[in-house]
This record gives sequence, structure tokens and C-alpha cells, in this order.
Amino acid sequence: MLYLYDGPLDVPLILKDWYEQEAASNYGAYIPFVGTVRSEDDIEGLSFDIYEPILNSWFDAWQKKAKERGAVIKMAHSRGDVMLHESSYIAAVFSPKRRVALEFIDEFVEDFKASAPIWKYDIKEGKRIYALDRSTAIKGSGILK
Amino acid sequence: MVRVEFLGPIQKEPMQLEITNLSQLAVILQGDEEMREWLENSAVAVNDTLVSSKDVELKDGDRVALLPPVCGG
Repeated sequence: MLYLYDGPLDVPLILKDWYEQEAASNYGAYIPFVGTVRSEDDIEGLSFDIYEPILNSWFDAWQKKAKERGAVIKMAHSRGDVMLHESSYIAAVFSPKRRVALEFIDEFVEDFKASAPIWKYDIKEGKRIYALDRSTAIKGSGILK
Repeated sequence: MVRVEFLGPIQKEPMQLEITNLSQLAVILQGDEEMREWLENSAVAVNDTLVSSKDVELKDGDRVALLPPVCGG
């Protein structure tokens, strides 16, 4: 379950919705990760572009891996601008036991950072500046050079 | 015709090219000064599937996308 929103995420509402969706599913653990935009380098906020076709197939592959371990993943991400102290990203794992969820959220978020087709820009003086120095080339990049 | 799209921060309009493989696309883009740096660090998808080699045949109607370095979250 992948949810994309224009602008910042409504964190309490999303966490509550996800909790309610799985409340009777017999999962023993619900481990959410909430990413919040921090004040650094004089940014006013962050902005995001997403390429949905590849994001969807990347997410589906992870959901399949989760299912094999009896778990389920949910993820929400923002498109466009997200200002300081707002949230742009939530990921959560539900699983029968906590150990699987704790390990899975770590693996999932790491691969999300390295592979999900989302581009981040700093917002400074109202302008978008691509955050190249914090970005990661997708595995297999450079084949056309 | 093959449609070539440039995603995220690559400020370039899509191209329609008469090409039959990714090696031909590489030659065309290597001749574009603005694309040099992006070619170093971009991944390539054909019809929304990432590919790991330029040894890929293309046919009429295929879509190629260049994906520069990512940073979600």
C-alpha cells in the first residue's frame, strides 16, 4: 500500500488510518518511521519529484518480500513542497512479531533511499535547488556514458 | 520512433528518435554537452524497467527514461 500526497503529510491521520486498517489483522507489531523536514543550511523546506511507474514496481517488489515474511508494508510520500517541521515520508511495517518488523523497516528505508525514483530539492529564497550532494546514483547507473 | 524522457532535475525536453538500441542513444547523448555529467550518474529504464547494460534492442513505440541520482524521504 503506497500513498502519494500533494504537499505535506498529515502524520496523525495517516498513522491512525494505518493502525485502524490493521487493527484486527492479528499483527503483534506496528513499527512506523516518520521523516520530518529539519532546519539546516538555511533551507525553507524541501520539494520532491516522483516518477510513479517505477516507484510502484519498486514498492510492489518490497511488498512481495514482506508478504513472504508474514509482514505488510505501508508507505506515504509527498509530491511538491514540504516546509520545515512538516513530514514528507512515512513508512511502516506490520508483522506478527517485532523482530521481523524492526529488521524490515531498516532494510526497506535503506533501499528506499538508494533506489526509489524520487528527487529532492532544497527550497531557498523560494527556488528549488536539486540536492545532488545528498542523492545516490541508482544501482547500474552510468551505462550510457 | 523511440521516446526518450529525462526525469527529475534533468532540464531537458523529451526526444523522439529513430534508434534501434541503447548504444545509438548513448552516442547521441554523448554529443550533447549538457548531458555529459548526467550520463555518468543516471540509470536507464526501458518501458519503465531498469536495465543494467546498453546492449538492449529498441523497437518502435518503446520509451526510454534517464533517472539521475535519487533522494526520497
